[in-house]
Amino acid sequence: MSDVEHPFTSSRHERRKGLREKIVRYLMLASTFAIIIPVLTVIVYLFVKAAPVLSWDYITQNPGPLGKTGGIWLPLMGTFYLVLVSLALVAPVGILAGIYINEYAPNNWFTRTIGMAVTSLAGVPSIVHALFGVGAFVLTLGMGKSLLAASCTIAVMTIPVIVTATREALAAVPMAFREACWNMGATKWQTIRTIVLPNSVSGILTGVILEVSRAAGETAPILFTGAVASVAISTDTFDRKIAPYDLTEPFMAMSYHLHVVAEKISGMPEGMKFGTAAVLIALILIINSFSITLRVWLRSRKKW
Amino acid sequence: MRGVLQGIRVLGSRALDRAEPVIRVVIYASGWSSILFVAAIFFFIVKEAWPILPQVNWGEFFFENRWLPNPAEGNTPVYGAAGILYGTFAVTAVSMCIAMPLGLAAAVYISEFATGKVKETLKILVELLAAIPSIIWGFIGLVIVSPIIQDVFNVEIGVNLLNASLMVSMMAIPLIVSISEDSLRAVPDSYREAALALGASRWEVIYKVLFPAAKNGLLAASMLGVGRAVGETMAVWMASGGTESIPDEFSPMILFERIKAMTATIASEMPDAPHGGEHYMMLFVVGIVLLLISVAINVVSDLVIKGIKKRNS
Amino acid sequence: MSEHAHIEFNNVTVRYGRNIALDDLDFKVKRNTIFGVVGPANSGKTTMLKCINRTIDFINTAKVEGRVTIDGEDVNELRNVYSLRRRIGMVFPLPVGLPMSIYDNVAYGPRMAGIHDKDRLDELVERCLKQSVLWDEVKDRLKSLGTKLSGGQQQRLTLARALSLEPEILCLDEFSIAIDPVTTMKIEDVLTSLKSEMTIILVTNLIQQAQRISDNMMFLNNSEIVEQGPTPELFANPKNELTARYLSGEMG
Repeated sequence: MSDVEHPFTSSRHERRKGLREKIVRYLMLASTFAIIIPVLTVIVYLFVKAAPVLSWDYITQNPGPLGKTGGIWLPLMGTFYLVLVSLALVAPVGILAGIYINEYAPNNWFTRTIGMAVTSLAGVPSIVHALFGVGAFVLTLGMGKSLLAASCTIAVMTIPVIVTATREALAAVPMAFREACWNMGATKWQTIRTIVLPNSVSGILTGVILEVSRAAGETAPILFTGAVASVAISTDTFDRKIAPYDLTEPFMAMSYHLHVVAEKISGMPEGMKFGTAAVLIALILIINSFSITLRVWLRSRKKW
Repeated sequence: MRGVLQGIRVLGSRALDRAEPVIRVVIYASGWSSILFVAAIFFFIVKEAWPILPQVNWGEFFFENRWLPNPAEGNTPVYGAAGILYGTFAVTAVSMCIAMPLGLAAAVYISEFATGKVKETLKILVELLAAIPSIIWGFIGLVIVSPIIQDVFNVEIGVNLLNASLMVSMMAIPLIVSISEDSLRAVPDSYREAALALGASRWEVIYKVLFPAAKNGLLAASMLGVGRAVGETMAVWMASGGTESIPDEFSPMILFERIKAMTATIASEMPDAPHGGEHYMMLFVVGIVLLLISVAINVVSDLVIKGIKKRNS
Repeated sequence: MSEHAHIEFNNVTVRYGRNIALDDLDFKVKRNTIFGVVGPANSGKTTMLKCINRTIDFINTAKVEGRVTIDGEDVNELRNVYSLRRRIGMVFPLPVGLPMSIYDNVAYGPRMAGIHDKDRLDELVERCLKQSVLWDEVKDRLKSLGTKLSGGQQQRLTLARALSLEPEILCLDEFSIAIDPVTTMKIEDVLTSLKSEMTIILVTNLIQQAQRISDNMMFLNNSEIVEQGPTPELFANPKNELTARYLSGEMG
C-alpha cells in the first residue's frame, strides 16, 4: 500500500523499529555511564577528602600512635618490598612455565592438566590463598608471620597472571619465524632465546606490571601471613629509612593499613582514612597506566 | 669497546647454548610446577582442617544457622554455617542482578556502537576499573556508600546486603564487560552484514544474531563474574555488617539486612581463633568449601571460553 | 661413495595418523642436478621435503617408514639432527623475513652454528646476498629490518639465508607463489648457476618452470609417484597418460 507507492520513505513499522533502536542504543550508553560516572565521582571525592592530609610529609613520615597522626611511610615501604620480593619469586617461575606451555609442551592430556591447574589457581579466592599461606609458609615451612611468608603467598597467587601474559606474548610471535629457524638447524632453545623471547618482552612486561598492581592492592592474602597494624621499627638512619624491614619479620602494608584505619580504630580523623585510600588508589592507577602506555607504545614499534 | 661488547655477547650466546640441557630441565620443571601449587593449596588447607574433618556434622554445617564458635559459658560451640552460606549466596545473587545487565549492556555498547577514540577510551576505563583493589571498594562501601544508603532509604544501618552487593558488582562488572566484549568481537562481521542486508535493525542484529552466536562467551563471562563474587573478601567484609541472619520472608527489605559471607567469616575470625583449636579448624573447613566452589566455577567457565578463543583466532 | 646418488628415497611411506601422505616413494636424485617435483596440491610434495631434513619430526602424528638417505647414510640414524639441517637449505612458499636486520637475517644460521668471527660473517653475508641477487638493492641498508622488504626481496632474503650455511642440498617449495615474475626469473637463473655447487630439489606448481631449469623430474599425484625421469623425456614422451594430461595443463 503506502510502501509500494513511496518505497523510499519509511513505513510506520520501520519508524517504530527505528525508535526502538534509538531507545536501546541510549539504554546501552546509559548503562555504560552508570558504571563509569559513579566510579569517577567517588574517586574524585576520595582525593578531595584526602587533600588536607596529602603532603610530602604525609608520605615520608611514619604513622603515629594508632595511626591517628603522622604519615604512611612504613606501610608504603612495606608494600614496596612486598611487591619486590613477590615479583622476584614469581617472575622466573611464571615466565619459564609460560615458555614450557607454549613452546615445549606436547599436545596431550598432561599439558591440558597443566593449563587447567593454572586456571584453577586463578580461581582460588584470595582468602583461601591466605589460609594456604598460613598452612604452608607460616607454619610448615616455619617462616612465621613475615614479609617472606606474605611474599610467597602473593607469588603463588599471581602465578596465573604471569603465565597467561607470557603465553599470550609468545603465541603472538608467528609460527613461520620458528619454522624458518628450525630449518636452518637452530635448536628449539636457540630459536626461543634469539627470536621468540626478545619479541615477547612487551607482553611479558604487561604481565609483570599486572602482578605488581595485584601485589600492591591485595589485602586478604597478607592478613595472616605477615601484615600487622604496627611495627616497632625506627627509621632514623637513612638505610633504615629505605629498607626498614627484615624478611623474617612482620611488616606494615598500604592495603592492610587502610583496613586498619578505616575500621579498627575509633576516633580516626577522616583525613587519615581518606589519605591512605587516596595514596593507595593513586599508586594502583599509576602502575596500571604504565601498563597501558607501554602497550600503546609497543604497538607502534611492531617489527612485523 | 664495541669489540668487548661483541665478545661478551658471543660468550653469553655460547654459554646459553651449552647450557641448553639444564635450561630445558628448569623450563619443564616450571611448567609442571603449577600442578604442584594447586595440589599444595588443597593439601595444606586440608592438612590444617584434618583432625576435625571426621567429626564435622555436615548436616548441621550446611543447614543450621547457628555459628557459635565462642558460645556463652557452659555451652558447646556450634558450627552451623547455613547463615554464612546464605550470606555468600545472597551477595552473589544480588550483585549479579546488578552486574550482569549493566556489564552486558556496556559490553554491547563498546563492541557494537562505540568507535575510534571513544571505544579506546572506554576500554581503557574498564581496564582501570578492573584494577581497583578490593580494599578500596570495601572502604568506599563503608565510608561513602553507607551514609548514602542510610539517607536515601531511611534505614538505620548502611552496611548491609545492598551495600556489599553494590561493591561486589563494581568488581565483577569489568570482568563481565571485557569477556563479553571479547566474545562479541569474535562473532564474524559477515554475520552482522548479512543480517543488516536482510533489513534488520542494529538492535535486532544484536539480539537475534550476536547474542546466540556469542552465547558461550557471554555465559563464561557471567560465570567468571559469579566466581569473582563468591571469592570476594575485603569488599564484602567491610560493607556487609557482619551478622549471619537468614531472613524469614522474602521481601525487598532483605537488602537492608546485615549479612556475613564465608570469605568475611574466615577473615574476621581467624585472628582470634586459637591455633590448632576447633574454631581454627572449622574456619579451614569453610575455606575448603569455598575453594571447591570457586575452582569448579573457574574450570567450567574456562572450558567454555576455550570455545571462543578458537573461533577468534 | 660416488655410486650412491646424492639423495635416495627407498620405499618411503609417511602417514599422518591414518591418512597416507606418501605412498611407497622410491627415487634417486643425482648430484649437482636440479630435480623437479611437480604435482597437484596435497600430493605429498611438502611432506617429501620434510623427510629430507627431518622437520617431519615436529609433527606429532607423523609416522615414517622406509629409508631416506643422503650419500648412503640414513638421515634418521644421524646423531646430530641439527647439523643435518645445516647441510640442507630450505626455501618456503611464503617469504619470511626474520624480525631483525638484513645482515642478521643472513648471519643467523652461521651464528647459531657457532660462527662469530666478524670478518667471516661479513664475507658470508655479502656472498649469499650476491648469490641471491639481493646485494645491490640492500647493500646500503644492511641494518634495516628484514621484515620491511617487499615480498620478492624477502623471498630472495630467504634464499640468501638458505645459502648461508653453504649447504650441499637446496630445497625449494613452490618458491615463486607469492612473488613477481621478474624476481622468479632472476632466482631461476641463480638456481641454474648454483647447480655446480649443490644438488637442488625444486618443488613447483609451475610446469614451465620445471621444464625450463630441471634436469630430471618426478610427477607426484595422490601421494605416489606416477612417473619420473629426465625432464625432456617426460615432456616429449610421457609414458603415463596422467603425466601427459598434467604436463600439458589439462589437469589442475
